[in-house]
Amino acid sequence: MTGLAALRDPALVLALAEEIRRTATRPWTIMEVCGGQTHAIARYGLEELLPDGLELVHGPGCPVCVTPAETVDRAARLAALPNVVLATFGDMVRVPGSEGDLFLARARGARVRVVASPLDAVRMAAEDRSETVVFFGVGFETTAPAVALAVRQAAELGLSNFAVLVALVRVPPALEAILSGPGNRVRAFLAAGHVCTVMGLEEYEPIAMRHRVPIVATGFEPVDILSGVLAAVRQLEAGQARVENAYARAVGPRGNAAARSLVLEVFEPCDRHWRGIGPLPGGGFRLREPYRAFDAEERFELPSEAPREAGECIAGLVLRGIKKPYECPAFGVRCTPDRPLGAPMVSSEGACSAYYRYRRVGA
Amino acid sequence: MCLAVPGRIRSVSGEGLTRAGEVDFAGAVQTVNLSFVPEAAEGDYVLVHAGVAIARLDEEEALATLECFRQLESAVREET
Ligand code: SF4
Repeated sequence: MTGLAALRDPALVLALAEEIRRTATRPWTIMEVCGGQTHAIARYGLEELLPDGLELVHGPGCPVCVTPAETVDRAARLAALPNVVLATFGDMVRVPGSEGDLFLARARGARVRVVASPLDAVRMAAEDRSETVVFFGVGFETTAPAVALAVRQAAELGLSNFAVLVALVRVPPALEAILSGPGNRVRAFLAAGHVCTVMGLEEYEPIAMRHRVPIVATGFEPVDILSGVLAAVRQLEAGQARVENAYARAVGPRGNAAARSLVLEVFEPCDRHWRGIGPLPGGGFRLREPYRAFDAEERFELPSEAPREAGECIAGLVLRGIKKPYECPAFGVRCTPDRPLGAPMVSSEGACSAYYRYRRVGA
Repeated sequence: MCLAVPGRIRSVSGEGLTRAGEVDFAGAVQTVNLSFVPEAAEGDYVLVHAGVAIARLDEEEALATLECFRQLESAVREET
């Protein structure tokens, strides 16, 4: 896009920061929902440009981080079954389950293949029908269209050797939970831009109204993020609580109609446990009845065992914006990207890995 | 993982659920599913996530937003 370089232009970034400083008269706490935004904030040092008292806290917007250890364990069990290949995004391979990660499972003989798209997994299944390809479907609403498309393609090709371990999550119920949680400090949200690209803004209206918080759909470049912050601060100072779009080049008010309708044809909302946050009513997607045959959990009998988590990890507090990564005693010491104790240190969107990569230790 | 990357469509083929295109990401060309952006044509920019285009980027909106920030910048510069 012609303007991409401009979205990192230091002059514009500084002007926006100056305007934020002028607008903010009181301390405010704003949560950026998406881990991609957390990484951009850490990478470009955007927090240092904000006035004292204006705090950005990092949200749960990392699908890899909120996938329960139990689900990772199930994926590892599926991968170990004869004639099964588990296809997964690369980010999931290092996320610790109870008995280690998928990387370790592969070293023990399980078959795990990293793919860039669920459509690659469908292609694998079509090319060799003697094996079952299970796609580990982790993601937010951003990823749901690609997974829905894969299921529809598999249905049209009549692929009985394709299945999905569905671990898709929905963002609005998480915002609801954060706002209703004890000790909540969040006064406004920068909503995850690409989730809104797919789903639009409607789902946020009742949340903004009920909890009286501004919710601003925000992009991922430095200028995008600061313009989202500016919009939120302007609303807060004016006592407003509206849903606003600061990412109009990629977000329409109703999202992507074609993607959204396929997602809602293939999936329906269901209750889902978020790692670190707990059970969320409506917090996930599962396959609708006509597509249940593609549900790996229905097709394969998997024993369910209570997961074991590393005791020291405070991912839950980090994901809810209550603690910063460097407040975790293990941060950078016993927990590093090479030897992660928790998912937020693994994922390219996890808050702990953002702090480790761009800030090393401390603030 | 919600990372979505902008790229420019070089060519389009197929239709329905298998509508696809060659998309140029700053020099690296990849095949991308275009079924969710039926309005996108050769030369358009799309936002791609997990091998699938999830939006056609609105260039007019992008330019309008930038123009608005440039005005802010000159206003800030004049005052300081
Ligand atoms: S630093 Fe490691 S152990 Fe601490 S919260 Fe983050 S992921 Fe968990």
